[in-house]
Amino acid sequence: MIKLENVSKTFEYKGKKVAAVKDVSLHINKGDIFGIIGFSGAGKSTLVRLVNLLEKPTSGEITVNDHPLNSISSRQLRQLRRKIGMIFQSFNLFNSRTVFGNVAYPLKLENWPKEEINRRVTELLRFVGLEDKADKYPEQLSGGQKQRVGIARALATSPDILLCDEATSALDPETTGEILNLLKKVNEEYKITILLITHEMNVIRSICNRVAVMENGRVIEEGEVYNVFSDPRENTTKNFISTVLNDRLSPHLIEKLKKKQPTKFYRIIFSGEATSEPILSEITSKHNIKFNIIYGSIHELQNQLFGNLIVEFLGDDPVVEVVLNELRMVLDVKEVELA
Amino acid sequence: MKVDWSTFWPRIIEATGETITMVILTLIFASIIGVVMGLLLFVSRKGNILENKIISISLNVLINVIRPIPFIIFLVAISPLTRMIMGTTIGTFAAVFPMTIAASFAIARVVENNLISIDPGIIEASKAMGASPFQIIFGVLIPEALGPLILGLTFITVGLIDFSAMAGTVGGGGLGDLSMTYGYQRFDTSVMIVTVVILILLVQISQFLGNLLSRVFLRR
Ligand SMILES: Nc1ncnc2c1ncn2[C@@H]1O[C@H](COP(=O)(O)OP(=O)(O)OP(=O)(O)O)[C@@H](O)[C@H]1O
Ligand SMILES: [Mg+2]
Repeated sequence: MIKLENVSKTFEYKGKKVAAVKDVSLHINKGDIFGIIGFSGAGKSTLVRLVNLLEKPTSGEITVNDHPLNSISSRQLRQLRRKIGMIFQSFNLFNSRTVFGNVAYPLKLENWPKEEINRRVTELLRFVGLEDKADKYPEQLSGGQKQRVGIARALATSPDILLCDEATSALDPETTGEILNLLKKVNEEYKITILLITHEMNVIRSICNRVAVMENGRVIEEGEVYNVFSDPRENTTKNFISTVLNDRLSPHLIEKLKKKQPTKFYRIIFSGEATSEPILSEITSKHNIKFNIIYGSIHELQNQLFGNLIVEFLGDDPVVEVVLNELRMVLDVKEVELA
Repeated sequence: MKVDWSTFWPRIIEATGETITMVILTLIFASIIGVVMGLLLFVSRKGNILENKIISISLNVLINVIRPIPFIIFLVAISPLTRMIMGTTIGTFAAVFPMTIAASFAIARVVENNLISIDPGIIEASKAMGASPFQIIFGVLIPEALGPLILGLTFITVGLIDFSAMAGTVGGGGLGDLSMTYGYQRFDTSVMIVTVVILILLVQISQFLGNLLSRVFLRR
């Protein structure tokens, strides 16, 4: 659906070169909700803007719907852009047009007849839940309502792809949730592939099935959301994940645990099948030792559970060793470093 | 040597008509030329939808050369060209020519400034929707800038009333001419006061209409 092969983008700004995107290769499949996460300045906006050629790549190849963008004429590009919707952090609605007029604009570009435009706009406004706001102007709407208009406008010409540049960053958490649900609905009902960028892991966790982490213009980690969350490799990824999973111990708790040293504490990560079986209690009771849960959290990711427990084992060291070895065969177990 | 008011009122009405004619005709022609130049200035800027260095630089140089010339000097300097094009340099219609040229350049800048203040995100969104530069200019840039643009044109109109008074003194007719010949040169204060009051009224009316019209588009 969207293919990027070794894509780089370097800006020249006041004689200085800024490499915003460096050698990025990504494949986004039909039906994906693909999330790109990264800190400010990582190059996320530049990357999505390459997909509809709002920025031209300095090198590399981009293919959208089997159209190589390198050799596209400006006429073909305009045609292609009508099949790629885009929504923005600052909504970018036309202030001189009503809600109706905003959603109708892309249809007017395609010279739709008036009645068809009426029908389509009404249908879209119903889909985003704004049928009663058709005659309002953007300044009369809340942020969430503005983004709904943005979504309706982006969907008007029935695109295959929706690009979202920080679509929820200007919204409060509750409204963010509503807009994310709407995007999910867009993906499921209209089968639209979504490429979204964000700096909030919560957005990725809520709706994405695949994620790429960007840092300094590069994609440093990429994969299925569940796999990346349950087994992150890069530090940046781990930091992002801990913002939503609360898998870090507070300094206060660490101090408390330090006082109990030399007792050792273990982090046990349950994922996939392991969450539905009483593995921990079976193995410990088989060896007749007890365990104590210090801290833990369980989350739902893409309809799978993902748990994270910090435990202490109460028993003789050699027996605990045996238990640990048996646990390691089915679960991910790490000693917690308190330093 | 006082004027005879019973015969003088028709002169004043005639002069007011001449002033209004000069201003309205100039406004129409200068708006057309100025809006086109302003749009060109904007779209040819670096990084804009029809970036073009040659158009951008030549327009900017032209405007920056013409604009600082005081109108009264411009009026005289351009008079050979006025004669060539209008056939004469005297009269209301002949005055419209130099006024249009001067006002066009001012309007071009007003238009450019109002376009620059449009959120670039809106232009980008239209590009992303597959709009052509032509569609962006007429479907996005002009409607988005219209409210403040009307205020800018109102400002220009008030300036044009001032221009028309100056054009009048070099044979354009109108209230300026009247107030100079009777009021100033013949020291008749009453004529001076009447013409000045009418000029003030014209300014007030244009400002009022401009505000009214812009409010329709700005919705505030
Ligand atoms: N038009 C431009 N000209 C020059 N430099 C640019 C331009 N656009 C972006 N950059 C630079 O490229 C880098 C990446 O910017 P980009 O906007 O893609 O980051 P981002 O990940 O979207 O950040 P944010 O989360 O703040 O939106 C930054 O260093 C930025 O300053
Ligand atoms: Mg950005």
